[in-house]
Amino acid sequence: MHELSIAESILDAVRTELRAYPGAAPVRIGVKVGVLAAVDVEALRFCFEIAVAGSNWPRLKLDARVIPGTVICLACGHRMIAESTVTDCTLCHSAQTVLDGSDELELDALEVELDEHNRANLAQTESAA
Amino acid sequence: MSTTEQISLRQKVLLENQRIATSLRARYDNAHLLCLNLISSPGSGKTALLEKTLETLGQATPRLRAAVLTGDIQTDNDARRLARYGYPVKQITTGGTCHLDGTMIERALADWDLNEIDILFIENVGNLVCPSSYDLGEHSKIVLLSVTEGEDKPLKYPSIFFKSSLFLMTKVDLLGLVPFDADEAERNARRIHPEMEIIRSSATRDGGVDAWFAWLQSRLAAVREGAYAGASHG
Repeated sequence: MHELSIAESILDAVRTELRAYPGAAPVRIGVKVGVLAAVDVEALRFCFEIAVAGSNWPRLKLDARVIPGTVICLACGHRMIAESTVTDCTLCHSAQTVLDGSDELELDALEVELDEHNRANLAQTESAA
Repeated sequence: MSTTEQISLRQKVLLENQRIATSLRARYDNAHLLCLNLISSPGSGKTALLEKTLETLGQATPRLRAAVLTGDIQTDNDARRLARYGYPVKQITTGGTCHLDGTMIERALADWDLNEIDILFIENVGNLVCPSSYDLGEHSKIVLLSVTEGEDKPLKYPSIFFKSSLFLMTKVDLLGLVPFDADEAERNARRIHPEMEIIRSSATRDGGVDAWFAWLQSRLAAVREGAYAGASHG
């Protein structure tokens, strides 16, 4: 049950990002969770509600999505999408399959409400990038 | 007037932990130190394996210098058990947290000279789920599964078997007394992680940790040559 720690890490990352946009209000943070990330998305949503209620942005919503794994068949090389960590090959039915990655735990997009000053800032950052 | 904008982040959630782990790994490599992160359920025999390992290391020639960080939610019982072998041991009491993270390791290592250590064992909090998310800068994660547990654990807890380079099957002296199919457990582990190394061990039987000890020696040699090939996933 480390989802509360992860919820706090998400809020820390938002806090760091917002330093570039003083006064901006974050409204939505996207998170991608791989099937092998060992994170229970339901528990993460529950913990995030608790963590965000005690933060400066009680309106911030978590948009957590589970990313299905890619499975590669070692027998025939077929690549397929797998919802489960143990999947037989859909082509040759071999049980010798392996997950490729699928352990990501990544922040996706942060949606913020910006005033005029912040919007000018963001435009500047984007043209520099 | 306010408007809504999307800022693309595309970074790891545990970025801060990753930053600390990267700095720890550089410190280990500079000191030619082998760091191993031991992970299992409570009661799989992490501490017993370490006791036997420290005893064996103490008799090796040349004598290898080990050190242990041991994590638990409460008590310093494990540190007291392990301190008897004369190596530096430090307890990390997490006070409720179910895993060790990079900051805890950094803090615990603050007053140790890493150049004086050949192998640093990190005994994680007994838990097969949460520790798999936190990189501690280790060269390898090692998952322990004892024969008194279920042989389907690799399928139930795939993340840690995916991320560990070695599966240590412990308490094999009890095979035959318990209904555990060791071959099936190995097959299950390899369904999650086909190239996983597997060693059967017993902390109570003579010679029960010989294969594990040989593995340690080979990994230490690789770290000293700057050619460690057993890096864990993730």
